[in-house]
Amino acid sequence: MPEILESSPPIIRVGDVKKAFKKDRQDMLVLSNVNLELHEGEIVALLGKSGSGKSTLLRIIAGLIPPTSGEVSYHGKAVLGPMRGLAMVFQNFALLPWLTVLQNVELGLEALGVKKDERRSRAIQAIDIVGLDGFESAYPKELSGGMSQRVGLARALVVDPEVLLMDEPFSALDVLTAENLRGDLLDLWQAKKAKIKNILLVTHNIEEAVFLADRILVFGNNPGNVRAELRVDIPHPRHSQDQRFIRIVDSVYDYITMPATMTPGAEYRYKNITMGYRLPNVQASEIIGVLDMMNEPQYRGHKIDLPEFSDELHLDIDDLFPLTEALEVLRFAQVSTGDIELNEAGKIFATVDILERKKIFAQHLLKYIPLASYIRRVLDERPEHHASQERFLGELEDYLSEDVASEVLRVVIDWGRYAEIFAYDYNTGQLSLENPN
Amino acid sequence: MFLSKYITYTKNEATKWPTPNYWDVAAFCLLFGVIILLAWGARQMSLPYQIGQAIPISLDPKFLPMYALRTVMRMFIGLFFALLFTFVFGTWAGKSKRAEKIIIPAIDILQSVPVLSFLAITVTGFIALFRGSMLGPECAAIFVIFTAQAWNMALSFYQSVRTVPQELREAVRIFHLSTWQRFWRLDVPFAMPGLLWNMMMSMSGSWFFVTASEALSVAKQKITLPGVGSYIALAILHADTKAIIYAILTMLVVILLYDQFLFRPLAQWVQKFKFESVEDVTLEQPWVVKLFQRTALLNRLSWLFSTISEKVITLSLLNRSVNYQMQDEESSEHSWVGVVYNIVLGIFIVGSLVTVTYFIATTLTLAELRHLLFLGGCTGLRVMALIVISSLIWVPIGVWIGFRPRFAAIIQPVVQFLAAFPANLAFPVVFLVIVKFHLNVEIWVSPLMVLGTQWYILFNVIAGTNALPKDLKQATETFGVTGWLRWRKLVLPGIFPYFLTGAITAAGGAWNASVIAEVISWGAVNLHATGLGAYIFDASENGDFSHVVLATAIMSLFVISINRLLWRPLYNLAAERFALRS
Repeated sequence: MPEILESSPPIIRVGDVKKAFKKDRQDMLVLSNVNLELHEGEIVALLGKSGSGKSTLLRIIAGLIPPTSGEVSYHGKAVLGPMRGLAMVFQNFALLPWLTVLQNVELGLEALGVKKDERRSRAIQAIDIVGLDGFESAYPKELSGGMSQRVGLARALVVDPEVLLMDEPFSALDVLTAENLRGDLLDLWQAKKAKIKNILLVTHNIEEAVFLADRILVFGNNPGNVRAELRVDIPHPRHSQDQRFIRIVDSVYDYITMPATMTPGAEYRYKNITMGYRLPNVQASEIIGVLDMMNEPQYRGHKIDLPEFSDELHLDIDDLFPLTEALEVLRFAQVSTGDIELNEAGKIFATVDILERKKIFAQHLLKYIPLASYIRRVLDERPEHHASQERFLGELEDYLSEDVASEVLRVVIDWGRYAEIFAYDYNTGQLSLENPN
Repeated sequence: MFLSKYITYTKNEATKWPTPNYWDVAAFCLLFGVIILLAWGARQMSLPYQIGQAIPISLDPKFLPMYALRTVMRMFIGLFFALLFTFVFGTWAGKSKRAEKIIIPAIDILQSVPVLSFLAITVTGFIALFRGSMLGPECAAIFVIFTAQAWNMALSFYQSVRTVPQELREAVRIFHLSTWQRFWRLDVPFAMPGLLWNMMMSMSGSWFFVTASEALSVAKQKITLPGVGSYIALAILHADTKAIIYAILTMLVVILLYDQFLFRPLAQWVQKFKFESVEDVTLEQPWVVKLFQRTALLNRLSWLFSTISEKVITLSLLNRSVNYQMQDEESSEHSWVGVVYNIVLGIFIVGSLVTVTYFIATTLTLAELRHLLFLGGCTGLRVMALIVISSLIWVPIGVWIGFRPRFAAIIQPVVQFLAAFPANLAFPVVFLVIVKFHLNVEIWVSPLMVLGTQWYILFNVIAGTNALPKDLKQATETFGVTGWLRWRKLVLPGIFPYFLTGAITAAGGAWNASVIAEVISWGAVNLHATGLGAYIFDASENGDFSHVVLATAIMSLFVISINRLLWRPLYNLAAERFALRS
């Protein structure tokens, strides 16, 4: 395992970075008070749910977008645009489909004005390193996802970067390919085949982070910030069945599920949510699916360990946490430090028939989701029992950005339709109390 | 999967052939023959010429190859400039929000201006510019062709530049590509498939105006440039049916030639720029591509070409490393630049407002305006009626063909030729029918207006039917949904967005064609319909510049209002309601 030289000055330092996107007159805060340092000889994982701003942070470090305030420095110099020593690997590879593998890899060198012969030999060497020799003249269309990402990696390596930034590099790949590529990345890093001194990896896959990283920065939402830092001191190769590995995965789950304000050991309290709460983007049918799953014999009647549950359902945290959040705000389950458990209402819901379910769902919706009860109240009060979705959208936009507001409205309309507390007409965008005729 | 068709692009295949080989001889002759012909044509273009001097055009078919060459040369020169225009203005509009605000509406308006009006307005200028040389009228003709080609190409390029995926843009910045490299490595290739399709359409479109562009009238003087267009004009003047048939045959051969030698190979080549990874399209290799792949010499030439283009792209002079500033999605341009820009723009707008007001006040009377609006209404009515009628005809036929993909492949090139077919060539038929049966001119000249553009409806309906998902077709079959029910529930909603694209293009083209189609002549007799197109035609025949401008403005007004009030809302509806989930 490479030695981490923390005593030496950091390669990259992120100081008090804040990022807000302008929206009308309001600012939507995406990142707030982010501080971190990247040192020589370490792989750092930036782990968080989607929408937590971790990719935005990566782009700020890369010099692609400016922070609203705060500073990123590279060897003590402020980053004002893409820097020479940094290279990036993209989630969807970002290869130019009209260039061959070789030409794609040469691209960065061409931009640096490297002479043709040198360009060629360096590119071929990089392609060699990622294990793609023989495919130099292939076009990206001919390659599988895993091979494409290898090209992406070669393209980044060939410019001899000091820091490699990776934006969810394995998330567009299937499970086996991703595992294979992770292993190869690690070999490459350990054998020091390239001059890379640091890798910063953005991911939402907990096991991936624990497998690769020396340090994990757990990212929290709203606004995004570094909530916790974990050191992974397991020697490579790491195995997911290893007790130390499992312990770290568990503690990552704890950090992610722990509400920001909750003190450990206190009595469980449900969140009281407001009109402008960002409802998790899941459909009613998915919520019901999870409820049914939790009532299966092996899970029934006790706390369920989230890492285990996510493994069983093949859901990564981007899929799982919105679901658990929905169960929580609808008060069908309690979620605490890495565990989830059905409450009484949840248990009843899981056993009754579909009509009864709709009734219970409607009750909870009207009682615990202020937006849903508000829509219902407005419709009740109107003589025609009609209202345009634009009306509610406008109100939501007081609290949320335009995109998020329409997403939240879509979610509440889906839930409300399932519960039959109101109807919705796609063509007119009208919410109403009528059944479609 | 890995051994796809692209392997054939590598040079390995060529080494299997002896060097130099027979194919070299064939390809060599082909290449140098073309070069010699082009050189000859270029010399003809710059011969001395004085206004009033008659250029003899002969109806003897032996001159037709020469005429065809000159016409095609004009078209390709026009295409070259259209491409230049596209690269400059399409890129500019795609990159700068400020430029976009002016360029895009401007192109929108220019698109609605009938091609013939451009000629009437600019021809004197060009002749004055190249006094005493053939280049004057040649430039005017080329300019007309350019105006028939450029707008849709520029719009397509602009659309592409704006839709380059975010990750690719970021990659290009991360790896420090200069603006020049980015343009050739990212923007142009990304736009290529759409651009080529539009170039092919543009070529077809410019045939439609071939007579108008070559038979110019300046200050009541007729100038006939040697070319197929002038030949057709003369044939019409002499009411020579045989000559018309020769012209049709010549066109057929010429279109076939450049389709085979240029557009087929290009269409094959452009496949590699398609962004989606669709594997199932297996285009047959055009024979020209095969020929050129088999020649050693030409392989070396193509290698030379690619090396040179690479040198140009990496040329250090053009690649002064731009220090990419970080950009927000929100504008990051300096505010004082904006202020200056707005002031300059304001001055221009006020200036042109004054000019227009002055122009209108001095030339236009209220009665005349009313008359022009009435004429516009007549032409508009014709256009609408024609779109409805051709839709009724071509939608069922298009769907029928679309359900039979093999037949569609055969019919496609035929339709492409028909789209290029100039209306003038149909004059004799329409003329004789009208005269013989004493038909109403107002109604029966109308079909000429959609002669060239109705095919867009057919094209798009075929494409739309093809694109209907197979499982939807099968699902309706299993439920026994057939006949009219199937039309209503599956076919019509499914093809609606495609149909609309076709109808919009057809309507735009019909307006433009009205200038040619509302006045038809055969021999010494003229048939006149009431309409804005006929008005513009007459005004430009008389060299009445101000009335050409006036009528053109009215026509633009009509076209743009109809676009905004009818087509755009419909199009939005189609995009939202009837777009099929892929």
